[in-house]
Amino acid sequence: MKVDSGDFLAIMGENGAGKTTLAKQLNGLLRPSLGKVTVDGDDTTKKSVAQLSRKVGIVFQNPDHLLFSETVREEVGFALKNFGFEPGVVVKQVERTLEALDLAHYAETSPFLLCGGGRKRVALAAVLAWEPDYLILDEPTIWQDYQQKERLRNFILQLNSQGKAVVMVTHDVEFVAECNPKVVLMSKGRIVAQGQADEILSDDGLIEKASLVKPQMAKLFSQLGEFGFPRDVVDVHRAKMLLEQKLSEAKVSVAQSS
Amino acid sequence: MSLRVLNGFKFSSLKTPVHRLDPRAKFMLVIGIIVPSLLFTNIYLLAGLLLVQVPLLLIGRVARRWVQSLRAGVFLSALIFVVNFFTGPLANAVALTLRFLLLMTTFSFFFMTTSPDDLGLAIDKVGFIRWLSRRWLGYPNALSFTFTTAVRLVPTMAVDAQTVVDAQRSRGLELDKGNLLKRVRNYIPILIPLLLIAIRRSLELAEALEARGFPGKEGRTSLFELRFKPVDYALLGISLAGIVLSFWVFFHYRVPTI
Repeated sequence: MKVDSGDFLAIMGENGAGKTTLAKQLNGLLRPSLGKVTVDGDDTTKKSVAQLSRKVGIVFQNPDHLLFSETVREEVGFALKNFGFEPGVVVKQVERTLEALDLAHYAETSPFLLCGGGRKRVALAAVLAWEPDYLILDEPTIWQDYQQKERLRNFILQLNSQGKAVVMVTHDVEFVAECNPKVVLMSKGRIVAQGQADEILSDDGLIEKASLVKPQMAKLFSQLGEFGFPRDVVDVHRAKMLLEQKLSEAKVSVAQSS
Repeated sequence: MSLRVLNGFKFSSLKTPVHRLDPRAKFMLVIGIIVPSLLFTNIYLLAGLLLVQVPLLLIGRVARRWVQSLRAGVFLSALIFVVNFFTGPLANAVALTLRFLLLMTTFSFFFMTTSPDDLGLAIDKVGFIRWLSRRWLGYPNALSFTFTTAVRLVPTMAVDAQTVVDAQRSRGLELDKGNLLKRVRNYIPILIPLLLIAIRRSLELAEALEARGFPGKEGRTSLFELRFKPVDYALLGISLAGIVLSFWVFFHYRVPTI
């Protein structure tokens, strides 16, 4: 498996498939007992977690596992102080991150008073603040309402365009279908397939193997296959294009026959 | 190191004659060993009481884990030995070290071979605890339930602790960095989330219990009833005799250390 800058990758698979274990390998929290993990050419066994985390930021699934400060501002600045940023830079970075994640008006609030989605965003901000080159998100969509999910998607795309790589560990097939990233499919501790989301999520065999469910759009298009539609459609935009094309063809043929 | 010590107190579900003993009789045995070991500093007696438990540990098939926990406790026993060696006679230092090992062995024997469920049932049978529980909490089973719940949540808390440590290390926290004061302060970002998780979990547990009708009515029955078998009566008798004998000797004779 390989992650390049600007990549957007989703690690998917059933519970206990080893998704989180794989994610923890990326910043040295776990070290490989076999094989090798390298970050920008450095072997993870030769660097400390703090050194690796400077480049690889992991946002854990449950924000309750990391929030402890009195205010959101302090929480976001915690890692920056650990990494030894200059005080002036810390203030600037914190402001920028709070702004970007729509948390600026909560800056002086206790993170424990926020709702689940809010805490989740603070956890994300606490990692984004030091601008890691690689961002690992463990289940970023749970506890988020649909609007927040949409914002998250745009935010990830924005990070991608800045050349940051985003790796997301998730179960959320609909969210993956919507984003259409590269997918690494895992089952029983092994990678069983890699490829673009529309190939993987429309493949019955692979879906079955990884105990996932097809996204709605893929279900629809596997039914529509008999009308000459391709089966590997998972996102709304491509579906719309194909349907429009078909409809205008139909109109043309109706016009011709009349 | 600390984790291996804990291993020596963890229950493993085996079906041996030692595991089948009534927890009340077994606890009486523990008291029967602890009372003389605290009353006397006689090296032969302490060594004898330690050796008596070896066959029990072997029958209970926990001897290997006991040895492991002893090995992990070497540091503390060495400390006890050195401190007492410089403040008193050699024999005394040996006796106190033996006493420490004996206490550790006895408790580890009890907890390794008694399931938390059995322990809860046993505590439930003690009239005094039921009376106390009714006075304090308005329900006779409440105290024993609290105890078993606490025991049962230890492994869950250990998993949480590991996740919190991982999450904070990913934010650049280095636990073993800085002087002593700094190191202690390093644990604040670990302890606060852990404490909050524990409080939140207990509130959720309380709600879940009430949703299922806890505490129910007076005179609740249980699926398993503890019953004394002949061997339990024998153990109880021997233990009680040992305790009485110890006190009698203690008040009538002076027992030398060696």
